[in-house]
Amino acid sequence: MIPAEFDYIAAFIKRRSGIVLAPDKTYLVESRLLPLAHQLGLAGIKAIVAGLRRGDATLQRLVVEAMTTNETLFFRDRLPFEQCERLILPQLIAACPPGGTIRIWCAACSSGQEPYSLAMLIEECGFAAQARFEIIGTDISQAMIARATDGLYTQFEAQRGLAVRRLLQWFAQEGTHWRIAPQLRQRVTFMPLNLLEDFSRLGHFDLIFCRNLLIYFDQPTRAALLDRLAAALTPGGFLVLGAAEAPDRLSDALARHRDEPSLIVRADNPISARPTRPLAGIED
Amino acid sequence: MQTCLVVDDSAVIRKVARRILEPLAFTVTEAENGAVALEQCLRALPDGILLDWNMPVMDGYEFLRSLRKLPGGNKPQVIFCTTENDVAHIAKALHAGADEYIMKPFDKDILIAKLKEVGLLAG
Ligand SMILES: C[S@@+](CC[C@H](N)C(=O)[O-])C[C@H]1O[C@@H](n2cnc3c(N)ncnc32)[C@H](O)[C@@H]1O
Repeated sequence: MIPAEFDYIAAFIKRRSGIVLAPDKTYLVESRLLPLAHQLGLAGIKAIVAGLRRGDATLQRLVVEAMTTNETLFFRDRLPFEQCERLILPQLIAACPPGGTIRIWCAACSSGQEPYSLAMLIEECGFAAQARFEIIGTDISQAMIARATDGLYTQFEAQRGLAVRRLLQWFAQEGTHWRIAPQLRQRVTFMPLNLLEDFSRLGHFDLIFCRNLLIYFDQPTRAALLDRLAAALTPGGFLVLGAAEAPDRLSDALARHRDEPSLIVRADNPISARPTRPLAGIED
Repeated sequence: MQTCLVVDDSAVIRKVARRILEPLAFTVTEAENGAVALEQCLRALPDGILLDWNMPVMDGYEFLRSLRKLPGGNKPQVIFCTTENDVAHIAKALHAGADEYIMKPFDKDILIAKLKEVGLLAG
């Protein structure tokens, strides 16, 4: 691949997905796009670039999808799920009006392990009996959304992060694969969505998971997305980012949770570490 | 330092497990079948056991049932680690007192995840 081709692809990927490809990522582009070229019967990177320039929409989509990193696992990092069980979901349930629905969004859900983990938690902890839940999983990759919708995992994927008792409880074996239980499958709605595009039509959410995506973006893209996610939160809502993904300085709209610094809430939430109004009787 | 007993009739598998476990600060001991493993457990109970199902002399299932009857035999966290991958086998292993189950082939990540699952590793 010649430098001009890399530059074209990097600029295209950045514009379409926000993902930044540093100049030392030539090997990554080649390792992802050469198999795609082969699969499509194209001669190589040069032919891919020509197709992108021509505006071939299918090719454009496939190239973006090929450049995404879809690494994920059930109950990844554990802590956020523990926080959901101990703090977030009980609080959302307590605040939920009768007949209301608690809305959860996994904003870059890859092959679905994250929203399904939340669905398991909701069933296992008896939360499902206490409130109505809606879980939406979105990702820029249509291939990943198709996999998530299918809910079929390899033995490898099923073992990573899932205790064996959970595996037996929530999956049915299909040969060497494991299929998610219909009860969990039905709990989650999947749809393709590019987070660079407008998502206001999805409405507001009480809990947003947006994990292990911001790391691929540059600072302005990150900040802009965080602002728009903040605008999609309900007043008492929570935002969960990837481990160590939260920027040091959050925008004015967001703040850290007073007691759980890894959790993000709206700045106007009284449980935030940054009270917007001085507390009664306290002057500075 | 935690101790882990690797029970497998394949020397290759025992070596692979040792290579993963030792850098995680486990003291590793080995046994090539359930009878040898049980003898070791009578002397000193390990913190964790990685257990194969199919072995000559005494298989993993028999070993586990005997282990759980020993005084303190409930203490070791037992991870079954086997090519027997169907639900009936897994359920039988859990019933006999296994704490976790790894289907072969597995890799370091999966073993680490399972060690965390049973509390032998932090995280
Ligand atoms: C590393 S995965 C994270 C999956 C899951 N959230 C987790 O933490 O395990 C990142 C996902 O972000 C998706 N992605 C990348 N750019 C995106 C964009 N602009 N809009 C939506 N999703 C995007 C990728 O397709 C990929 O599946």
